[in-house]
Amino acid sequence: MIRSLLFIPGNNPGMLLNADVHGADAIILDLEDAVSPDQKDAARILVRNAVRALSYNTQLVIRVNPLGTDYYLDDLKAVVPLKPDFIMPTKVDGEEYIKDLAERLTAFEKENGLEEGKIKIIPLIETAEGIENAFRIAKASKRVFGLFLGAEDYSADLRAHRTKEGDEILYARGRILNAARAAAIEAFDTPFTDVNDEEGLEKDAFLAREMGFTGKAAISPRHVSGINKAFSPTKAEIDYAYEVLMAIEEGIRLGKGAVSLRGKMIDKPIVDRAKRVVETAKILGLGGYENE
Amino acid sequence: MKISKSAAAGSMESNDAMILIEPGEGDVEIAIESVVMRQFGKQIESAVKSVLDEYEIDDARVWVRDKGAVECTLRARTETAILRALKEEAK
Repeated sequence: MIRSLLFIPGNNPGMLLNADVHGADAIILDLEDAVSPDQKDAARILVRNAVRALSYNTQLVIRVNPLGTDYYLDDLKAVVPLKPDFIMPTKVDGEEYIKDLAERLTAFEKENGLEEGKIKIIPLIETAEGIENAFRIAKASKRVFGLFLGAEDYSADLRAHRTKEGDEILYARGRILNAARAAAIEAFDTPFTDVNDEEGLEKDAFLAREMGFTGKAAISPRHVSGINKAFSPTKAEIDYAYEVLMAIEEGIRLGKGAVSLRGKMIDKPIVDRAKRVVETAKILGLGGYENE
Repeated sequence: MKISKSAAAGSMESNDAMILIEPGEGDVEIAIESVVMRQFGKQIESAVKSVLDEYEIDDARVWVRDKGAVECTLRARTETAILRALKEEAK
């Protein structure tokens, strides 16, 4: 269950040291934008040593430099032996990119005696072309675990003004989400970039959750708890979900063809949603109904 | 192996270390300046020395300015400095 993904700059020893203490479900060790070109070599070695020495207690994502740069292969070669849960390729614009990455991962896994296919991919989609190709990217490899929207580069590519309200990325959010769900994978929302605006962060995170995203990235540890809260079911939602499931069980027991709760018919989408809420609550160890 | 070009890695930020490696005078010399010299001087030297040994470097002078780096950071910065020096040499 990944609600929050916290970016950690790959060449910052202090942040790497405490990367997993902020409550994020996943950390993204960044070799790309957070590292200047003259420090790429240093970051690769530092990240390698940190992952080996610190045994992070979260899901581990490593963000690598894009295909077509001098750093792409060096990054992959350095990070595959670390057995991260996920690789996050950047500026993904089409399915060929993901096919190339998947093949290279297989080759590096073989070279390092690792189980093939274990490392999954979370493509960062941050160009207009990438958004248009989102579904094909999602289906390009079995390794693709979820799509991730990067709104800063994307809005620059659109020549749009980036706002806190995010109207300019509504289409991209919808497109990514639809592509991901159509491919039966996860969808992760772009970070909220004002680190001092926690109210704005909560609003943005709730919007992403209401739209259907699985989770959201954070560029500051201060945003992690707000994101976790937004992507966790509330007590009222959990209680209602249990009521739905119990009403359904009761209906089956009594041989009813149709079941209603609080004067409203319970149809399949409501039951599916209730099952998801209960499952999420169980994973997160949130309070359940006493009659469970 | 002898280091024949100078190179540096790291920073003076807290939790980091700045490592400067340069040509030596026939053996390995390590000079350390650290905010925790008294408590961890020996461990810092041993971390730096072990990376030099991995690269079989027996002739170099290494300056370490430590700002509270943990061992994996010291080792990473030392390795980066070595690789940068060797890359300069290969140019």
